[in-house]
Parts: sequence; C-alpha cells; structure tokens
Amino acid sequence: MTKGKIMKINLNNKEVSMAGESFSVSELLNLMHFTFPMIVVKINNRLVKKEDYERVFIGDGDNVEAIHLISGG
Amino acid sequence: MKSKLEKLKGTCIGIAGCGGLGSNCAMALARAGVGTLVIADFDTVTLENLDRQYYFREQVGQKKVLALQENIKKVNPDIAVQAHDVRLGPDEVVDIFKNCQVIIEAFDRADMKLMIIEIVTECFPDKFIIAGSGLAGYGENNALRTRRLGNLFICGDETSEVSPELPPLAPRVGVVAALQANQALEIIMDDLEPAVGADVWDE
Repeated sequence: MTKGKIMKINLNNKEVSMAGESFSVSELLNLMHFTFPMIVVKINNRLVKKEDYERVFIGDGDNVEAIHLISGG
Repeated sequence: MKSKLEKLKGTCIGIAGCGGLGSNCAMALARAGVGTLVIADFDTVTLENLDRQYYFREQVGQKKVLALQENIKKVNPDIAVQAHDVRLGPDEVVDIFKNCQVIIEAFDRADMKLMIIEIVTECFPDKFIIAGSGLAGYGENNALRTRRLGNLFICGDETSEVSPELPPLAPRVGVVAALQANQALEIIMDDLEPAVGADVWDE
C-alpha cells in the first residue's frame, strides 16, 4: 500500500475508492467485510481459486465480483 | 417452442448431490423432458430427508441415487439416467460430468460448492455450472434470485445459512431447485453462448 494513492475498483457493480495501489484478494475481502468462509471471487471475469487469495492482487480499474457461498442444499 | 423442447431430448445434464436441491431439480428436469441425467451422491435416504427431498417413505434406507433413478423412471421411463453412488471430489467431478452440457451444483456444504465451482471452471471453461446459495428458512419470496458470473449462475438469496434455528424447508429449497432447473432450460433452449475468458486466474 502506497500513501496518497487512490484506486478505484468495481465491486459487485458498485464503484469503490480505496487508499492504496493494490490489494491482495484476502486483504480486499477483509476490508469489505466478506465474513462467510466460502466465497466465489472473480476478477475481470476470471475465477480466483481460494488457494490463490494471497498471491492474486487487485488494482485500479479492476472489476471484482464476490459472492458468498452459503451452506444448505 | 416445439423444436426448442425437442432440443432437451438430446441434452445431458449433470446433478452433483441428490439432497433437497438435487432431487427436486432432477425431477423438474425429467418432467421437462431432458434426455439424459447424470446424478451423483454417496448418501442414503433417511426419514428426516422427507421434509424436503423428493423421496418416499418406502425408500428410506435406499441409496439416494438409486431411489432418485427409480422416481425419474416412474415419471418418464425414456429418460436415460446414469446413477453414480460416489462421494464426489475434483477427480470424480471431471470424470463423471465430462459429457454434460450443464452441471447443477446441489451440495449441502459450502466448501463442496466452492470445490465444484473451481474444478468445473478450471477444467471445463465452456460448460455452464448452476449453483445454489442461500435457501434456509421460509418467506422472503423475492429475495430468491439468480445471478450470472461468466458461465456460473448462482441461485438463492446468498445469505440464509442453514442452522438449527433456520432449517431448510421444502418450499424455499424447492424454489431454488426450480430456479436451477429453469436456468438450465434457458441455457439449452436458447443456446446461451459460454462467456469467453471466464476461466481460472493464473499468472
């Protein structure tokens, strides 16, 4: 995270401004209070596997979709 | 419409899990006339399942896939049913559903839902997967909806988690199962195009 920089992303069809240049998927989910343990995360329409949350980064202009998977069937 | 319905006969749909979502979704697809259904589950029918799952008293103790196959055949004996009595992991998903155009996620556990979404997106980027998420409790009709993310559709309210206070009940489970079946019909009958580049992220 760099001081003073602002990035804008599209999160679930809403524009969100954040202080910083990039965030890992894990950081973003924490910041945005995604609380359930299982979440489908897509960046620019590509699925990020759970094992990659630490190493995949989200930057300015990215389109992010995050949907909780809720148990029950 | 007739020619669109005709398409269903040549269609193969996979159903991963034969509990509340899977059993009800399978019956809806069978009645609509889908030609081949590939069903998979490791579980056995219990008395408790009858509050929402498409089984009958005399089927308690039977393997779910065999009981469901029997129920499908009672409605329409011409439907080809491939029943797999198996606990699905990533390898089994790939092997069992490789010939299906559409895969219905009908597991109970959220970690299993994520598992099948990941493996199908990774190994079959051109196939559609329709998942269920959020169906516990009662009421809130209009919270139940479908969202599309690339080749993944998610049906449900995305919030109601099953718990002792909020059990899964037949009406809402049935609605979500029907949303999944209805989405599958739209994919097949309207020839929806798979999204391009909607695969798994890598460097």
